[in-house]
Amino acid sequence: MKRTIPLFISAVTGFVLICTAFIPKFVDWGNDAMAWFNILAAFAFILGGGNLLKMQLQKISAQQAGWGYSAVTLIAFFITLIVGLLKVGVHPNINFPEYAWSGDYLEEGSAFWWLFEYIFYPLSATMFALLAFYISSAAFRAFRAKNTEATILLLIAVIVLLGRTYAGVWLTSWLPNEPILGTSGITYSDFHLSHLSEIIMDDFTTPGMRAITIGIALGVASTSLKVLLGVDRSYLGSDQEA
Amino acid sequence: MLDILQNLDRRWIFLMMFIAVSVPLIMGTTFPEEPSDQVMAVFHAVDDLPDGSNVVVALDYDPASEGELQPMASAFTRHCALKKHNLYFMTLWPQGIPMIQRSIDLLESEYPDTYKGKYGTKYVNLGFRAGNEGVIKLVVEDLKKSYSSDINGTDLENIPLTKNLKNIQQVDLLANVSAGYPGSKEWVLYGSAPFDIPTVVGCTGVQAPIMLPYIPQQLDGMLAAIKGAAEYEQAIINGYPELKDNPNAKEGLKRMGPQLVAHVLLISLIVLGNVIYFWERKQGMA
Repeated sequence: MKRTIPLFISAVTGFVLICTAFIPKFVDWGNDAMAWFNILAAFAFILGGGNLLKMQLQKISAQQAGWGYSAVTLIAFFITLIVGLLKVGVHPNINFPEYAWSGDYLEEGSAFWWLFEYIFYPLSATMFALLAFYISSAAFRAFRAKNTEATILLLIAVIVLLGRTYAGVWLTSWLPNEPILGTSGITYSDFHLSHLSEIIMDDFTTPGMRAITIGIALGVASTSLKVLLGVDRSYLGSDQEA
Repeated sequence: MLDILQNLDRRWIFLMMFIAVSVPLIMGTTFPEEPSDQVMAVFHAVDDLPDGSNVVVALDYDPASEGELQPMASAFTRHCALKKHNLYFMTLWPQGIPMIQRSIDLLESEYPDTYKGKYGTKYVNLGFRAGNEGVIKLVVEDLKKSYSSDINGTDLENIPLTKNLKNIQQVDLLANVSAGYPGSKEWVLYGSAPFDIPTVVGCTGVQAPIMLPYIPQQLDGMLAAIKGAAEYEQAIINGYPELKDNPNAKEGLKRMGPQLVAHVLLISLIVLGNVIYFWERKQGMA
């Protein structure tokens, strides 16, 4: 029963959604199913919060290495949760001056705004910005022309890196817009770095990505069918197939 | 010399990158940009619409990618404001709400005649909804099944812009700026492609190759990374020369300076690393 009911729900919901794509009469059913999905997604936040609590509390109680970070995570979690749930707004609300912090909770100066602007925003932006430093260090230490494939990759990377900036224009703008002798319509200006960069993106990256995308889509379709037919039950917490 | 470079402390590289990015940023160095065909396709998608058209602006990103994507979001918003379009803001990312607020602040501060105090009649903020692709599927079929109210809790039936809007198939353009999942790809797969909604997107450089296969059938155009944003800003300045004196309209252009120096530094480091590698190989060390 523990397995049959989830399998049944998955199969029915999945097939209803497939039917809605092909049978116009079922469109409303599909919309209802998607509305339920929204409710489930909202519940996922609660499960996510619960899981976060469980994992961090386990670390703290076991005094694992770095348990202090877990404590900070929990404190930050509860402060944000309380501010968000209670909708602590700016003070005072001009319509209700007798109630403290009853103004708009998203307005500039509110507790939530303050948490976002002065804690989440700088931390989040800093984490991403650090990427530039690590990429530069990795470029120096790891990007080697060890074999033919690595050399081609390196050359293409250099063309794209230069072609996506004014350096590409500056370095190759002197190439004239005249045909190269012995070629059919190829001009010197075709070798502008910005143009070469576009060719790499349009003529090499795009077909490659199309092939990968089609492959992924076929994989998703086959895996989805296996899930709907109950062949693949790994999502129930077991990797056994029937 | 090569011995010193071989054991170079990574902190020197970090320092070089810091200088490479910060100096041009502080100096506000800009370079001329020529809008590519793809960027001009985005420009025309917004510009060729009659004034006062309905445009959904979906901003699916967070502060981590704001450096790359905010210039695009601002450029879309500014361009729509110049055309006096009606704007419907929404996000599938919980962190996207303050990003929308930045665009709304831009509307009210730079175009007060058209937008200040016109909430509900010229623009509306639908805010965030959980559900990823599910939300997209709903808003293209039945908006009010997913969004019954706006970000302030006002019923959509009581907002002039949304009162008669059944779904976003009725809008004239969908402009999405996204940093990942859910974002541009999901909007194309579940929103624009099945219902032929004209769509333009702005995305990070990492996402650009993923989105390229959808051009030009499912997507009218795409702005890729800060380069795309800078070219789009240039296209808007070319079309609306009054923006030349607006420093806020050149955020993407200003960020091309640090990008240029950082890219040159990266290439120099790669070359230097390879010189060391071949030297080591010659010495029989590698």
